[in-house]
Amino acid sequence: MHTTDICVIGAGPVGLFSVFEAGLLKMRCHLMDALPQVGGQLSEIYPQKPIYDIPGYPEVKAQQLVDNLMQQIAPFQPSFTLGERVAQIQGNAADGFTVTTGDGTAVSCKVIVIAGGLGCFEPRKPVIERLEDFEGKGVSYIVKDPELFRDKEIILAGGGDSALDWTILLSGIAAKVTLVHRGDTFRGAPDSAEKVFRLAKDGKIGLVLKSNISRIEGNGHLKNVHITDDKNGVSILNADHLIPLFGLSPKLGPIADWGLQIEKSAIAVQTTDYATNIPGIYAIGDINTYPGKLKLILCGFHEAAMMAQSAFRYVYPDQRLSFKYTTVNGIHSF
Amino acid sequence: MMVPITIEDRSGQRQLIEVPDDMSLSLMEALKAYEYNILATCGGMALCATCHVQVLEGMEKLPPLNDVELDMLDTLPDVTANSRLACQLRIDKDLENAVFRICGQEI
Ligand SMILES: Cc1cc2nc3c(=O)[nH]c(=O)nc-3n(C[C@H](O)[C@H](O)[C@H](O)COP(=O)(O)OP(=O)(O)OC[C@H]3O[C@@H](n4cnc5c(N)ncnc54)[C@H](O)[C@@H]3O)c2cc1C
Ligand code: FES
Repeated sequence: MHTTDICVIGAGPVGLFSVFEAGLLKMRCHLMDALPQVGGQLSEIYPQKPIYDIPGYPEVKAQQLVDNLMQQIAPFQPSFTLGERVAQIQGNAADGFTVTTGDGTAVSCKVIVIAGGLGCFEPRKPVIERLEDFEGKGVSYIVKDPELFRDKEIILAGGGDSALDWTILLSGIAAKVTLVHRGDTFRGAPDSAEKVFRLAKDGKIGLVLKSNISRIEGNGHLKNVHITDDKNGVSILNADHLIPLFGLSPKLGPIADWGLQIEKSAIAVQTTDYATNIPGIYAIGDINTYPGKLKLILCGFHEAAMMAQSAFRYVYPDQRLSFKYTTVNGIHSF
Repeated sequence: MMVPITIEDRSGQRQLIEVPDDMSLSLMEALKAYEYNILATCGGMALCATCHVQVLEGMEKLPPLNDVELDMLDTLPDVTANSRLACQLRIDKDLENAVFRICGQEI
């Protein structure tokens, strides 16, 4: 089991910056995120959009801000568990906490900081009967390891960039790839769309347009996929795997079950230090709520600083904290 | 002028709302102002599709979909021929007497 001072759940901008504020006070952090990359909403929803209200930056692209934050916290050597959703927390401030992901990764820590934003980014699922029964048994929503699909028959569904990209990539690996799309055009990256149409023309992939997946069947593992077109014609294709790719959307998820005080999908906190109702657990950034709360990166950064000062007493119960400036002491002599 | 619009919530309940057309509000913002439970994560930038609505009546009067809107709708599994993003619809007389069903994700 990995051991750290502070386990930060959520590696969005606020979770990332908390590593800096904790690091100044000599507290080590481990960050966990359900997404395979850091940056939260910034990297997932709007990486190329400019942000204008970060102090000191008249304009900064969202991904650039994330990259800068990573550079800023690098001296404190945070560790990461990415691509895994935190499912459970156990323990208390006196004996320490254990944070566990759905994949079984466990982290032991003295303080938990929840910087979970709007919740876990989770795949949007099409409405198909018994879809959930086949999850992990032929149905998946992300491609973690393309090699798993080698020589298999794959059906992808969706019309966005990721559907196009994975169709192209898997066409070179799988035995057979079919892309099912509701429309008849793709407005994603024109290059990718062109490639997909060419692959279809050359008979390298199946392309089924103006159609939806209407039914899936199998005995313990996915076997057949029914595809219904605009005119209600149904065709049935054999498939080892179905990969619906309809983007990600945030859901509060497991955080709701941890005994925290939840108000409208957010965690209620004290405004002195952003502590939750459970001692030793803090909530900062978009995930928390209090009178006057603003869901802004700027406000999350402030909350991270206040949290770190307060968390210090759990990590170093015998030490007193004195306030210092980074300009006077640099970042390593605190 | 006040534009009358009918909103059907997820439980099928309908309500007539009246929204001013001189405040350059989007339908998404009007829904928020009326405290409908819609996520609208991206605040109206056509980046999240959580403000998805279905047009039950009045589709023909609405301005056509732009590319970003089409793009975003394409990523939704439950999109229909009558789907729109509420944040991309300006409140003006095109929306008069239209009926919208809220489909996007709840908060
Ligand atoms: C389009 C758009 C434009 C915006 N523009 C601005 C702007 O100009 N200025 C501004 O200040 N703000 C802006 N915002 C808001 C800003 O992005 C958020 O305030 C900010 O992302 C909050 O950061 P965060 O770290 O609290 O959460 P997030 O960025 O949401 O990150 C939270 C992370 O926690 C993870 N997570 C949640 N639960 C779990 C779990 N159980 N296990 C593992 N991981 C979990 C999620 O996967 C996510 O990666 C904008 C938002 C959007 C969508
Ligand atoms: S509010 Fe995000 S797409 Fe409309």
